[in-house]
Amino acid sequence: TGEAEAARAAMGGSASLLPREALGEYQELTFLSKQEILLAYKRFSELLPKEERENACSARVPKSQILTLPELRANPFQHRICRVFSTSGNGDDSMSFEDFLDMLSVFSDSATSDVKSHYAFRIFDFDDDGTLDRKDLEKLVNCLTGQGEESRLSHAEMEQLIQNILEESDIDKDGTINLSEFQHVVSRSPDFTRYSVLQ
Amino acid sequence: EVFLPEEARGATPVDFLQQLPSYQSALRRRATAGTQDRRAASQDPAGLRAAEGHGLQQEGDEVAARPAREHPLTIAEKRRLRYCQQADIKYLSGWKQWKRTSSKSLKKVLSEVKELSSYLELWRHDIHSIEGKFGTGIQSYFSFLRFLVLLNFIIFILMFGLVTLPSIISKYGMFNSSFAKIPPKNVEPHCTVYEPSGNKGLVYFYTYLKDLLSGTGFLEVTVLFYGYYTIDAEWISIQKYNLPLAYLLATFGYLALSLVWIIKRSVGGFKQNLVHNKDPFQSYCNKVFAGWDFCITDPNAARLKHRSLQYELQTDLEEERLKRKIADRTTKEKLRIYSLRIFINIIVIAVLSGCFYSIYRATVFSQENSNVSIRHDDVSNMNFQANLLVQYLPSMVITLANFIAPQIFSFLIRFEDYSPAFEIRLTLMRCVFVRLANIGVLLFSLWSQISYCATDKCNACGYNYELYPCWESEVGQEMYKLMIFDFIIILAVILFVDFPRMLLVTHCSCKPVQWCGLQEFGISDNVLEIIYGQTICWIGTFFSPLLPAIATIKYFIIFYIKKISLIHTRKPAARPIRASSSNFFFLVVLLIGLLLAFIPLGISIAHIPSSKACGPFRNFNTSWAVVPHTIDGFPTGLRQVLYGIASEAFAVPFFMVICLIMFYFIALAGAHKRVVEQLREQLVMVRFDPLFCSPKV
Repeated sequence: TGEAEAARAAMGGSASLLPREALGEYQELTFLSKQEILLAYKRFSELLPKEERENACSARVPKSQILTLPELRANPFQHRICRVFSTSGNGDDSMSFEDFLDMLSVFSDSATSDVKSHYAFRIFDFDDDGTLDRKDLEKLVNCLTGQGEESRLSHAEMEQLIQNILEESDIDKDGTINLSEFQHVVSRSPDFTRYSVLQ
Repeated sequence: EVFLPEEARGATPVDFLQQLPSYQSALRRRATAGTQDRRAASQDPAGLRAAEGHGLQQEGDEVAARPAREHPLTIAEKRRLRYCQQADIKYLSGWKQWKRTSSKSLKKVLSEVKELSSYLELWRHDIHSIEGKFGTGIQSYFSFLRFLVLLNFIIFILMFGLVTLPSIISKYGMFNSSFAKIPPKNVEPHCTVYEPSGNKGLVYFYTYLKDLLSGTGFLEVTVLFYGYYTIDAEWISIQKYNLPLAYLLATFGYLALSLVWIIKRSVGGFKQNLVHNKDPFQSYCNKVFAGWDFCITDPNAARLKHRSLQYELQTDLEEERLKRKIADRTTKEKLRIYSLRIFINIIVIAVLSGCFYSIYRATVFSQENSNVSIRHDDVSNMNFQANLLVQYLPSMVITLANFIAPQIFSFLIRFEDYSPAFEIRLTLMRCVFVRLANIGVLLFSLWSQISYCATDKCNACGYNYELYPCWESEVGQEMYKLMIFDFIIILAVILFVDFPRMLLVTHCSCKPVQWCGLQEFGISDNVLEIIYGQTICWIGTFFSPLLPAIATIKYFIIFYIKKISLIHTRKPAARPIRASSSNFFFLVVLLIGLLLAFIPLGISIAHIPSSKACGPFRNFNTSWAVVPHTIDGFPTGLRQVLYGIASEAFAVPFFMVICLIMFYFIALAGAHKRVVEQLREQLVMVRFDPLFCSPKV
């Protein structure tokens, strides 16, 4: 009703909607602080249509809505991120509140490098086969340099680049990068933890 | 077929990877159930319980299983894992249960404390927003600026607490304090005459302005300069306080503090350098896997980032092709290029000598003419503006040299035919050298003036007592003028160059103006600017103890001004500098500045006779002499120990032991590198060795 909504808005909204035990549980299971979880709840419920905001914890937000978030809007890996973090069984990449929290937790400041590199591997694995082969690397580089014909590297440059990457990271020389090799090479990368933080 | 299914083939290399030294040290930091269990857990949520149980069995009696949130699973799976963990706790003994719960609550408390302390961070929100809009390269510049503000503030607190505050307390007789001015002994009386003009009687208003800008007049007799601290000993309610010793120790203290703090901050980048055998900051994997800056929210910034990534990758690939070309050069070409480089280096040296000579002449001219008018009260000789101009002449020449020399260097480097990355580094190193050496030349010319002695009377004092009765205050004034002028120039460039340019570009749409466009935010130029200011502060604090306070205020204001200038008048740089490499580079250059600051200070303290007319070191030959004097007052045993430490009998064996330790660590690093190589080779062979291809049970 109108008065109930006004009262909730006056009290600051989200704090009264998210039950305390759930808040404590999420604090333990993710790397987010209490403030961050409450803020995430507020933003998630704003993505839902008004009628579904009551039980935001169990609602699912379609992918098109998720992609309107400012953090994901400009990100070239937006589709992969939605695919990796979504737990929806029918492949439509919709995200529940817990998926959303998972995503924010992995990209937060306090997440361990282990967890970040594990998810980064899954995001970069475009064909979901458990390894990064040449096609995955090619798609990855094209994502980085931007969509559009003039922003892609030439074929020769791409070959040279992929050859260099495999030389540096493919330890068992099988032409693909598996999870352990990826985590090993990323653990020595000085920029990885700095850049993989969403604000 | 000998070849086996995917999972097993993927499993065996992992075991060898676990023997790599870097992985071992990561393992030591956390107890883990093993990579295989983690992989099994991530691929098969139903096998969670088995994985965790297996993990616990593997660890035997060890308690520290990883908390649920460090597993890369969805929240629902983590919930189940936590439930299993809690169920398993019942099987552990009471002691281990208590250990686990207490470590959990300790972690909670620590995270709360960390959250609270992050609110105390200065400018947290500003730097956050800069990071979001402009990326982490420019953000590192502002973090560096914040670091310098804090460093200068701490140095100021140190000097103020140890030197200025006790002086003020005893001069005004607070807390039952008194001081003693011991008349200097064994010194010619003419050396001890020092009458700073102060400002007696009615003076024109502009005299105050002139004094404020050049540190003379009424400022000379304040706490700001060395000359004020003419106290030999104080008693603060029966406790004796040795001010000369405190002054010297505070100087060493702030230098040591700066050194330790900078080294601590740069250790992270240095570790990467030592472990990696290739160049770590340019490696392709770093650029591709850690290339995208997830902070970027603005579509424009994203487009720029795409372009800069494309440019960076293309440049690196081109550089690699260039390197291969260079390796194929003929001897005749090599000879031509080397002789060209030698010729250009000679030009560079000539440019540097020109700068140094002009600074020397400017300093000499400025000292001679300003002394004539001030010392002999000959105010009518020059009017206000000309006097100020003469006072600031060295600063102006230095700023001009700092502006022109880098332009010349970046023009010349094109002919030397280096790879692009090396070109950037060499130009930067030359610019750094120019800026820091200019300060050194200024000080050298000051000293040549101060110690220039023609008469015997002058030789008796050891310095030119007529013109410089209190030479430390003079040097302090020069440093003060350099700092003020640097600040004025930064403000003037932003107000009178950047903002008009921005207005012109926005409102005038004619072709040449649009082609010029806005200027980029050159990170290296800005960083060199503030490092130059910081070096002045380090050198000048000995001669002017309140200089760090001025530096703190200056950098504080510069932060806001640069931020506003960045947002409104700059376009982002086309050529990106990575945050990790830039952080390390800033700190290395800052360290070079600090080490270069040691040299003038060392010479002033230990070599040049201190002035006999003012300051806390009147009764000593040099400023350093107060330390042997104090040690002589120690009890015999302690004195002998200290003399023993300073003697050769101790220094030589100590040096040899340090060398041995260093060789041990170098050998250890070499051994680790060899292990890594061997393991890499083994990994390649394992794939084809039938012995290892048998499926694991």
